[in-house]
Amino acid sequence: MKKLVVKKIGLVVLATLVISVAAGFMVFAGKSITIKGSDTMLILGQRWAEIYMNQNPGAVIQVTGGGSGVGIAALINGSTDICEASRQMKNSEIDKLKERFNTTGVEIPVARDGLSLYLNEENKVSELTLDQLKGIYTGQVTSWKEVGGDDAKILLYGRENSSGTYVYFKDNVLKGADFSAQTQTLPGTGAIVNAISKDKYGIGYGGAAYAKGVKYCKVKKDAQTPGYEPTLENIKSGNYPISRYLFWYLRNKPTGETKKLVDWVLSEQGQQIVSKVGYFPVK
Amino acid sequence: MSHLQTIENKTEAMSLKKRFRLSEFIIEKIIFLSSFLAILGVILIFVFVFREALPVLTNPEVKKEASLKLFFSTVIWQPVSDLPRYGLISIIVGTLKVVVVALFFSVPISVGAAIYTAEFAPLKVKEFIKPVAEILAGIPSVVLGFFALMVMASFFQGIFHSTMRLNAFNAGVALSFAIIPLIYSIAEDSLNSVPRSLKEASLALGANRWQTAFRVSLSVAMPGVLAGIILGLGRAVGETMIVLMASGNASILSANIFDSVRTMSATIAAELGEVVHGSAHYNVLFFIGASLFVFTLLINSLAHLTVGRLQRKLAGKI
Repeated sequence: MKKLVVKKIGLVVLATLVISVAAGFMVFAGKSITIKGSDTMLILGQRWAEIYMNQNPGAVIQVTGGGSGVGIAALINGSTDICEASRQMKNSEIDKLKERFNTTGVEIPVARDGLSLYLNEENKVSELTLDQLKGIYTGQVTSWKEVGGDDAKILLYGRENSSGTYVYFKDNVLKGADFSAQTQTLPGTGAIVNAISKDKYGIGYGGAAYAKGVKYCKVKKDAQTPGYEPTLENIKSGNYPISRYLFWYLRNKPTGETKKLVDWVLSEQGQQIVSKVGYFPVK
Repeated sequence: MSHLQTIENKTEAMSLKKRFRLSEFIIEKIIFLSSFLAILGVILIFVFVFREALPVLTNPEVKKEASLKLFFSTVIWQPVSDLPRYGLISIIVGTLKVVVVALFFSVPISVGAAIYTAEFAPLKVKEFIKPVAEILAGIPSVVLGFFALMVMASFFQGIFHSTMRLNAFNAGVALSFAIIPLIYSIAEDSLNSVPRSLKEASLALGANRWQTAFRVSLSVAMPGVLAGIILGLGRAVGETMIVLMASGNASILSANIFDSVRTMSATIAAELGEVVHGSAHYNVLFFIGASLFVFTLLINSLAHLTVGRLQRKLAGKI
C-alpha cells in the first residue's frame, strides 16, 4: 500500500517535470517578443500585446514593468527586445548601448502623456504658473496665501525618486533643482490622488487619474498666458505646458515580426488603444 | 493457529522496520540538506549585501560622493540630484521615531494581554484570545499599511489636527498592530512556562493573585518577555510595507512625531527599483541594508541570550 503511494507520487512528480520542460520548449519555439520598462506604460503595453496577439495567432509578446531605468538597462544587457520608457535615454545610457552593440538605438514615440497636477476640490487656487509650481516644489513658496489662496501651509506630495515621473517633473518643472525635503513621496498616482482628496491643502502630480474631491490644477506657461487643463486638445495642440512623449526603444531598426508590431502600434487602431488607456495619441 | 499468526506478525514487523530505516535515512538526508541550504542562503545573502555595501568604505570614486563622513555631515537625503546628498541622520531619526511610537503602544498592550491570558483569564476567554491574536499576526503587512493610509491617517488627523496626514505617529500605531501579536505570543509562552509550584507557593504564603502575577510570574518570566519585546523591536526596525505606505516618506529631521518621516527600510524599498547598478546611490542603499542586517542580527542574538537565561533560571541554575 505504502509503496503504491510512493510510486504514485513519483509518477506525478515525473509528469510535472515533463510537462514543464515541454512547456518551456514551446515558449522558446514560438517567436516571442519581450517588452520591458516603464511602469507608467505597463498597462498600455499589455493592452497592445493582448489585442495584437488576438489578431495574430502565433505571435507571443511578453510585457513586464520595472521602470524606465530597468527597461533601458535590459535593452543594454540584451535581455529585452523592446524597451518602454517614459523619458528619453540619457547620453550615458546611449554610450553604454554603443559599447555593447555598436548602435545608438532607435527611438519611437508611441504615445503622449500629460503630467497632471492635482488639488483638493475645496482649494481656492485653481491655476498656477510653471514658476509658481517650481517655487512650491522647491520649498520657496510654503503658504497658499502667496499664490492667491488661504493662509495655510502647502502640503507637497510627489512620486518616489525611482519613478520616471519624478525625473520628468524635476527636469521640466523644477528645471533640475532639488525637491523640497518636505515632499511626501507616495507609491503611485492613485495614492497621491487619494491623499489629496483628504488633504484640503495638498498638491500632487502624476499621470492621468480620477478621484472624488480632487480637481486638476490649470497650468500656465507664465503669468500672461491663460491656464490649461490636461485635456486631449490642450496636450495635442501643445498648449498644456507639461506634456511628454512615451517611447519605445529598440537596439536596431525593427525587422520582421517586430516591425509588424511597431507599425501596428503606430497605426490608427494601435493609437485608439492609447486613448482608451488614458493617454494621448502621437498623431 | 495462534502460533502461525505470531510468526506472520513478526515478519511484517520486521519488513516494516526495514522499510522504516530506509525512509528514515532518506528523510534525514533531505532534512539535513534543507537546513544546510537555509544556512547557506543566509551566508550568501550576508556576503552579497556586504560586498555591495563595501565600496562606501573602500572605493575612492564612491567615497567622493558618499562616505561615512558625508553620511553624517548633511541632514538632507537627496540622492537624485546634480549634487547627490546622502544624509543618513534624518532617516535614522525617522526610523527611531516610528519604532518608539510602535513600542510605546505595543509593549503595554501585548504584555498586559499576556499577563491577563496567562494568569487571570478563564479558559474560555483564553481559548478565544489566543487564536484572535494569531489571526492578527497573519494579516499581511501591506493590508495593515493600506488600512493606515486610508482610514487611520484621517482618523488621527481628526483627533490631533496635525498638519501632515501621514506621519510617524500614524505609521508607528500601524506598526504596533504588526508587533503586538509577536510580543504577546512570546510573553504568553514564557509566562505559561513559569512552574505552577512557584505560583502555588506564593499563593500559599498569603500573596493575592495580583501580587503573584506581577511579583512572581512576571519577574520569573521577565527574560522571556524582554526577548519578545526585543524581537518586536527588530521587526519594527525592519518592517517595510507599513511604513512605506503610512509614513509619508518625507525626510524631515524634527522631534515632532506628527511630521512625516522616511525610514531606512522604506528608503531601500522605494529607491532600489530603478537605481543604476554600481552607482554610489546603489552602494549607499546596500549600506543601509547592511546596517539593518547587522542591527537585526544583534537584536536576535540578544533575544536568544535572554531566552537562554530564562531557561537556565527556570532550571534553577542562576
